[in-house]
Amino acid sequence: MKLTVGLVARPGTSRANKTGGWRSDKLPRFLQAKCTACDLCALTCPEGCIFGEDKNTYWADLDYCKGCGICANICPVDDIEMISEVC
Amino acid sequence: MAPRMIRGAQAVAEAAALCRPQVISAYPITPQTVIVEELAQMIANGKLEAEFVNVESEHSAASVVLGASATGVRVYTATSSQGLLLMSEVLYNIAGMRLPVVLTCANRSVSAPLNIWNDQQDSISLRDSGCLQFYAENNQEAVDLLLLAYRVAEDHGVMLPALVCVDGFLLPHAYEAVDVPEPKEVDAFLPPYQPLYRLDPDEPLTFGAYAEPDKYMEARYMMQRAQEKAISVIQEAGHSFEKVFGRPISALMERYRMDDASTALVAMGSVIGTIKDVVDELRSQGQRVGALKIVTYRPFPKELIYHALKEMENIIVLDKAVSLGSGGPLATEIRAAFQGSPQPPRVSGVIAGLGGRDITMDTIKRIISQAQKEVMEAEFVDLREDMELEGVD
Repeated sequence: MKLTVGLVARPGTSRANKTGGWRSDKLPRFLQAKCTACDLCALTCPEGCIFGEDKNTYWADLDYCKGCGICANICPVDDIEMISEVC
Repeated sequence: MAPRMIRGAQAVAEAAALCRPQVISAYPITPQTVIVEELAQMIANGKLEAEFVNVESEHSAASVVLGASATGVRVYTATSSQGLLLMSEVLYNIAGMRLPVVLTCANRSVSAPLNIWNDQQDSISLRDSGCLQFYAENNQEAVDLLLLAYRVAEDHGVMLPALVCVDGFLLPHAYEAVDVPEPKEVDAFLPPYQPLYRLDPDEPLTFGAYAEPDKYMEARYMMQRAQEKAISVIQEAGHSFEKVFGRPISALMERYRMDDASTALVAMGSVIGTIKDVVDELRSQGQRVGALKIVTYRPFPKELIYHALKEMENIIVLDKAVSLGSGGPLATEIRAAFQGSPQPPRVSGVIAGLGGRDITMDTIKRIISQAQKEVMEAEFVDLREDMELEGVD
């Protein structure tokens, strides 16, 4: 992407600028076992990078997830756990 | 048009109106208020077709002109002192977004202590913001430099905001004969603004987006290049100005009786008028004294300044501002221009006229005779003696 005067940006730059590298500690693991598809994890994700429609289909796009843990904290059935970045 | 005897604020407001800004936003602050009052009145009376946006602070005024400029229209604002400082956070953004906002700064000291009178500390504090800075000697220049500022700021090789600095009270509140040009002349000199990019819902863009370490430095480099490019754009605009309006303009600097001079006084703004009178008087007594008026402070035309001053024995730089802990900002840069030259001139720096302290002809004559005896680093002139310099136990 060429740098314009004033770094004026056309829409869609976040597709190129992946920010998941900012994650410094833990990442969410979606267990997909007890999920009721309440959607709270996707609704409260500050990055809007959690997707899913039906029960046990939810996942986080780690190219953008910062590892804040809000999804794991809010999940009413404890179906998301925060795990260490290093496997 | 024949010159008319008008107040500086009216002259500046008429010049701003001639540039056909579509959005004006400002917040009152002494001694700038008189300028935007005139403009508000013109709009209310139907003499100027523009949107005047009333706001609750200078931060908002700067934000309004930022947004309006990003939509691709010409904008204007004016401020002073604390108002400029409050705008500064936004002005850095305006510069970084490369928006050619033009602002008249009625120069005033900064608090504390509270003081409404003139010096140039406010605009000097925005030295590194990316804004172009022009300093007017008189109200004619306050008008002319405003027209020039729009033309240079909007040049596609520049695209930076500009401050046209006028010494508070000394210019906006003074009545002088000013030749305010005809609209058709201004239209010939200043074509309608052609934005490089503009906000448009049909073709969305982001201004002022986040830039990671792999891009930020390039953005700043591009601004530095634009500042450097502005030197030639200002020169070219000056030539065009003379052709269109049929009178000269000192766009970058002015040499006053500098041929064969051995001592040169360097300063910016209205004090140059007093300095010129001193030069005339000393010249009539046979002293080889001249003056160099710096009009464009950003970009700093250091090569031209070097060549204008390189033959001098004594250079005296008068600053109406101080970089506390260092010295006069202009003096520091003039000294830097001679760094590495085989026989650098003696450069004295004096701090004068802070907070409206009068700079008289006698003051300047005393400075000259002192500088011929010794090099002054950053001498505060005409100081009182009764100061408590250290706390008393």
